[in-house]
Amino acid sequence: MVSNRPRITRVLDVIEESSTVRSLLFKDKLCSKAKPGQFIMVWIPGVDEIPMSISIMRDDQAGLTVRKVGEASTALFNMKVGSMIGIRGPYGNSFNPIIGKVMIVGAGTGLAPLMPLLEILTNKSASIDMIVGGKTMEEFIFMDKIKEILSKTESKIVVTTEDGSYGIKGLVTDAILPILKKKRFDMIYTCGPELMMKKVFEMAQEFNLPVQASLERVMKCGIGICGSCCIGKYNVCKDGPVFDSSKLKEVKDEFGLFRRDHSGKRVIF
Amino acid sequence: MQEPDLSVEIAGFKMKNPLMLASGILGISIASLRKVFEAGAGAVITKSIGYKARVGYDNPTLVEVHGGYLNAIGLSNPGVKEFYDELSNSKIDDLPLVVSLFGAKPSEFKEMVSILDELNIRAYELNLSCPHVKGFGIEVGQDPKAIREVVKSTKEETKKPLFVKLSPNVSDIVKIAKVAENSGADALTIMNTVRAMSIDIETFRPILANKIGGLSGPVIKPIAVRCVYEVSRSVRIPIIGCGGITSWQDAIEFFLAGARAVQIGTAIAYEGLNVFEKIKKGIRDYLIMKEKESVRDIVGLSHGF
Ligand SMILES: Cc1cc2nc3c(=O)[nH]c(=O)nc-3n(C[C@H](O)[C@H](O)[C@H](O)COP(=O)(O)OP(=O)(O)OC[C@H]3O[C@@H](n4cnc5c(N)ncnc54)[C@H](O)[C@@H]3O)c2cc1C
Ligand SMILES: Cc1cc2nc3c(=O)[nH]c(=O)nc-3n(C[C@H](O)[C@H](O)[C@H](O)COP(=O)(O)O)c2cc1C
Ligand code: FES
Repeated sequence: MVSNRPRITRVLDVIEESSTVRSLLFKDKLCSKAKPGQFIMVWIPGVDEIPMSISIMRDDQAGLTVRKVGEASTALFNMKVGSMIGIRGPYGNSFNPIIGKVMIVGAGTGLAPLMPLLEILTNKSASIDMIVGGKTMEEFIFMDKIKEILSKTESKIVVTTEDGSYGIKGLVTDAILPILKKKRFDMIYTCGPELMMKKVFEMAQEFNLPVQASLERVMKCGIGICGSCCIGKYNVCKDGPVFDSSKLKEVKDEFGLFRRDHSGKRVIF
Repeated sequence: MQEPDLSVEIAGFKMKNPLMLASGILGISIASLRKVFEAGAGAVITKSIGYKARVGYDNPTLVEVHGGYLNAIGLSNPGVKEFYDELSNSKIDDLPLVVSLFGAKPSEFKEMVSILDELNIRAYELNLSCPHVKGFGIEVGQDPKAIREVVKSTKEETKKPLFVKLSPNVSDIVKIAKVAENSGADALTIMNTVRAMSIDIETFRPILANKIGGLSGPVIKPIAVRCVYEVSRSVRIPIIGCGGITSWQDAIEFFLAGARAVQIGTAIAYEGLNVFEKIKKGIRDYLIMKEKESVRDIVGLSHGF
């Protein structure tokens, strides 16, 4: 069976999340049954093929949430209902939902892979502390949905913005410290800018708490053979995208320090 | 029966077993190459390095087809200087490392070797056979004059073994192989991918951004076996077989056709890195069953018929 080939599907719905972020819904059985944290390679015919987290799963449909940053993501952002895209995947490992007290730290489109996780955790965890960060209020996505999901369980939401336009003024990582001092967690899940995740990881280490972080690297094949997504001895597409504390320790010489561009050249964060 | 000897030697380069990682698969960082070595490869080859950095083609750069994969990565690489920098800051002394090089002209190969040669690299493989990058691969690899100039001038710059990697996309691979041998190649890697294409019927579009790419995997194996067989009848230098090897039976077929060692690439997509240990064990058991003492004893046996 040939599976690593784009499956053409049409965009069923476009959801405006913010002025720069949209979610696209499409029909795809495999993706609708993906595990939280898995990603797909999305072919925008004539433009590019880029990795995107699966942010929505329902019935036989799935969705992705894209921020327009460059040519390909902007083309995807501009897709209309009925536009054709090609999907391969789901790829990679996934978050491991645990029973217990959890903290979730997300920022920007880093929330995309955290949303399916959040839905599973509400039925599983004892409590959820959700920390969401961003530069300004306009950047926030999914807030109503997060509040709605969290209303079903024992939970707390903390919001931070760098300019103070929404929630606490400051960085997400500033907001975490007082919480970690007061409450004992069984797991911290995080996805967002790598420097933020690095900081979260370091704080978790101080408090001896386990972490699961979802990383990004340049992806070409998506199936663990081209090596373009390497970090240490791992390939993010296959051994990740979710790295637990022990794997994060193994890649400490690269995590939060450098990534590789499309040529394989090291680029400092 | 005593334990069969899996070690092989190619132009003075000794390997504990005859399985090498093919160029372009997981070959971007030393950490990944080391992981493949630790998984059982006898030698590992880097992604092809060029004189200047190249980002390669846009995605899609890879697509699966029946029996294999089609790729047009486009020789993306960080350039020889950045690569030298990374190598010289890595521990490579215990790593049986082969560096693959591509270039547009003889002076580029010469320059790259002069930069890299002080490092503990065991051999070079000259990629004169990339089927989908204009001016860099097959244009060189099907032109006898260009091959002669590249091989000769690279040879002047180094004492390390030079493998020349050939393409099946030529009208007479035996002729090309002889030119490489006569120009000073120490071994031949046969073969690179086969020029091919795949079109999406919903959107009417070629899937690869570059439209045309190179086919690899089980579907190309019979072509590679034929090329190894034909070339090994007419050259004296060792041949390294490559193309679609996924099982120990495939590897044996290449030895019988005349290959002294083999390379494995696409099989990793199907089998993971365990493929090296699996094939090694299969070769060992086969040699015992056939009462052969070493891999060397079965090289070219099919020529007797
Ligand atoms: C596992 C994974 C999941 C992701 N999930 C999401 C998501 O849910 N939502 C979202 O908006 N973004 C996500 N991204 C990031 C997204 O893939 C990039 O924003 C997108 O590829 C940018 O392409 P571009 O042409 O628009 O931008 P460019 O201008 O080409 O690049 C902008 C940035 O994106 C990076 N990038 C470009 N191409 C790739 C590629 N092939 N692989 C990885 N990074 C690339 C570049 O290194 C650069 O930092 C994810 C990335 C990965 C690796
Ligand atoms: C993704 C990919 C990238 C490759 N990159 C290179 C390369 O940079 N240089 C090279 O000489 N061969 C390259 N090749 C060709 C392989 O080294 C090998 O010759 C070919 O794939 C046939 O072997 P296989 O069927 O075992 O993969 C590449 C192959 C693939 C699949
Ligand atoms: S994208 Fe090719 S190995 Fe991960």
